[in-house]
Amino acid sequence: MSSLSRSPWVLHYNATSCNGCDIEVLASLTPMYDVERFGILNTGNPKHADILLVTGSVNEKSAPVLKTLYDQMPEPKVVVALGICASSGGIFAECYNVNGGADKVIPVDVYVPGCAVRPEAIIDGVVQALGILEAKYKNRRRGAVSCAR
Amino acid sequence: MTKKNIIPFGPQHPVLPEPIHLDLVTEDEKVIEAVPSIGFIHRGLEKLVDIKDFQDFVHIAERVCGICSYMHGMSYCQTIEQIMNIQVPERGLWLRTIWSEFSRIHSHLLWLGLAADAMGFESLFMHTWRLREYILDIIEMTTGGRVIFGASKVGGTRMDINSETLSYIIKRLKEIEPEFKEATSVFINDYSIQHRLRGVGVLSKKEVYELGAVGPVAKASGLSSDARKYGYAMYSKIDFEPIVEEDGDCFARCSIRVKEIFQSIDIIRQCASQICDGEVSVNVKGFPTGELFTRVEQPRGEVIYYVRANGTKFLERFRVRTPTFANIPPMVKALQGCQIADVPNIVLTIDPCISCTER
Repeated sequence: MSSLSRSPWVLHYNATSCNGCDIEVLASLTPMYDVERFGILNTGNPKHADILLVTGSVNEKSAPVLKTLYDQMPEPKVVVALGICASSGGIFAECYNVNGGADKVIPVDVYVPGCAVRPEAIIDGVVQALGILEAKYKNRRRGAVSCAR
Repeated sequence: MTKKNIIPFGPQHPVLPEPIHLDLVTEDEKVIEAVPSIGFIHRGLEKLVDIKDFQDFVHIAERVCGICSYMHGMSYCQTIEQIMNIQVPERGLWLRTIWSEFSRIHSHLLWLGLAADAMGFESLFMHTWRLREYILDIIEMTTGGRVIFGASKVGGTRMDINSETLSYIIKRLKEIEPEFKEATSVFINDYSIQHRLRGVGVLSKKEVYELGAVGPVAKASGLSSDARKYGYAMYSKIDFEPIVEEDGDCFARCSIRVKEIFQSIDIIRQCASQICDGEVSVNVKGFPTGELFTRVEQPRGEVIYYVRANGTKFLERFRVRTPTFANIPPMVKALQGCQIADVPNIVLTIDPCISCTER
């Protein structure tokens, strides 16, 4: 990817994470790693977001919340599963209240490994998500000419 | 008579890094009652003792919470060691004390940043998190991990800090302390912050005692409660007094945490000057039997670990009472009668760590 053509905003949701990945998400937004220099902004509003960052596996109670957030985001959107818990359940996969990775509830585009995931890996995952987002934009334009936009 | 409204707060909310849900019963702008509901990140990891043996379980205990991860791993190891009468070498205990204090500094800086963000003071949030990276660099240099260290094991610690690294750490702390002073003095002296925090969410000493508050919430209302004074690890050889404030408002809770950062730096210095040579861990033979409670002071307050073992390699019951769980009733009490705009501040000043509360 040579240049960025848009400034994607990210939405972060903690499904059942232990917090380790969540604070690394915040750390990657702060001066040391600073993804804001790419125009990436953390937002609390799903309707403003292009990329959904999920940390932690899903359980019965967090699954509907995650689904709602995903549905509220405008198309096109990309989901990044951060950390091993969001990818597969990880160390908690055998717990009675863990259903598995985020892909049990919503389609996931990028899986980022790590426990806890490092900020460098988060940035790499988000950069890959940008490529996918761009591809989705192209497909949408080709497929939906008569769309309202 | 004004009409009552119920405003939902969370589980996904801009100021909350973690999901907690509150139903705020309001009359105009005033909160009459707050009804918390938790369970969004319940995993059920206590039950994993059935399938992971007691030594492997350290790995899971460290993942009870990602912020005070080291303290959780250490508390678990300490409980098993006490139940099995294992004598951890003195150097191992000194290292535990050092890493505990480093996690306290990183946790308090993290909280100060989040609090600044909740007040809308974004540049201060960025500054405190920049300073936090200094501490994370030291942690990474000594353990290899940033937030989850993996440095604990039953019987001691997994790694050692050599003397050159230790003297570098002390030198580094001296370098960064003035920067910490500069950034944290904003929390104490800034007019806008005082305006937002003074007199908000007041809890009296009687209330915090009756509601069972722990840690900075209790200390801010004049109740000196600090489990480090029981002398686990090497705290018995360290000279420190728990920091106590009298006001009981959000500002007092904030200033407790600011002062504890410098207290922790002082404790690390004391450790570095007293640390002895030797092994850092012992081999563990046999299986635990019996039951035991231990208490450890985490950044958020006192955590209670309970273990019941029956002489096999799997524990029978494992239970954690985390400090945030104890601090939720005082938070609900502090929310009664506050303004809607102050809710994020009051929720944040108990330093909620929902993932360890729900496990």
